[in-house]
Amino acid sequence: MVVSDVYLHSLSQSKTPTKAKTFPLALSLFLSLSFLSPPTLFSWSVSANSPSKDITHKLKKAMQHLTARRVAGLLSRRGVAAFSSSGVKMASHGHGGVTEQTDMSVPLYWDRLDTPLPDRPYKDTLSDADKSLKQKEKGPWNSLSKEEKLALYRLTFNETYAEMKKPTGEWKTVLGGIFFFIGFTGLVVLWQRYYVYPPHPRTLDDEWQAMQVKRMLDMRVNPVEGFSAKWDYEKGQWK
Amino acid sequence: MFRAALRLSVSGARSLTRSRPQYTASVAARSYSHGKQETDEEFDARWVTYFNKPDIDAWELRKGMNTLIGYDLVPEPKILEAALRACRRLNDLASAIRILEAVKDKSGPHKEIYPYVLQELSPALSELGIPTPEELGIDKA
Repeated sequence: MVVSDVYLHSLSQSKTPTKAKTFPLALSLFLSLSFLSPPTLFSWSVSANSPSKDITHKLKKAMQHLTARRVAGLLSRRGVAAFSSSGVKMASHGHGGVTEQTDMSVPLYWDRLDTPLPDRPYKDTLSDADKSLKQKEKGPWNSLSKEEKLALYRLTFNETYAEMKKPTGEWKTVLGGIFFFIGFTGLVVLWQRYYVYPPHPRTLDDEWQAMQVKRMLDMRVNPVEGFSAKWDYEKGQWK
Repeated sequence: MFRAALRLSVSGARSLTRSRPQYTASVAARSYSHGKQETDEEFDARWVTYFNKPDIDAWELRKGMNTLIGYDLVPEPKILEAALRACRRLNDLASAIRILEAVKDKSGPHKEIYPYVLQELSPALSELGIPTPEELGIDKA
């Protein structure tokens, strides 16, 4: 039949690009994964008041370092290779810059809302002025000035409760990152539209569709209750 | 199950539903079906005795405070006074101020608890010379 020949002929003519097929697919997959992951990596769902404090706190720090590395890797388009070092623990290969490992075998200092008095004071090594202040602390506290009392507090503690509870504005980073990656993905999709998609099928043109509809009506497709039933054959228009 | 949840929420919210003058330490919210439940007074007395130990050491003070803050309640002023006096015995002013900060944080949205506690503690505070965080200006970041 002529129509089917025409249809078949148009099919064989369409050229699907072969070389560009797999790479954009992989890239878009990788980027969509990266788009999904920053919000989850950034998610600060561990609240400061959770009971399982230490491990999750350390994990949070580790994820922080991992995230920073990951973003740098993506931005420089090197991807997976950037995962080589995390800031928490890494046996260095004898470079000059060895990352310091926190000694977990000694009492540590934490600023936590649910642990008002951490295991050790903030400042361990006291200067002579600090030492004399500490001596004065052994006497009546009424004889201390306000500045001295504040100095004593700062010797023992790093952040006050108010400072601990201060909002960080981190949500702006998260939201910005999300929008950035959505935008970037949009650009990739746009590129794909022009360089990857096969040619537009002519069967979707309006002209072709009109001819198709006319043919369906001429064939009386579903004349009882369906397609052709909705066409008014006397008047030549839709009912 | 719903009733158990209701019982838990009621006992946990006891410190909230108490009438105005009494922002007491409620019993640690446990839903034992048997066994004697500690009353508020027993709880308070136990903690006051803990902090009143004459030769309390720094570790015990830290442990006590951290545990107390871990409970779902704001400690009674008398417990806090005992803790502040323990700080005095240990010559630790910074911890005393930190305790007051922690009480304010523990009150959460109930803004009337902290002024009440300060009011109850004011004789002890002035006697020992402990400044409030507001006096030192560290209540604002």
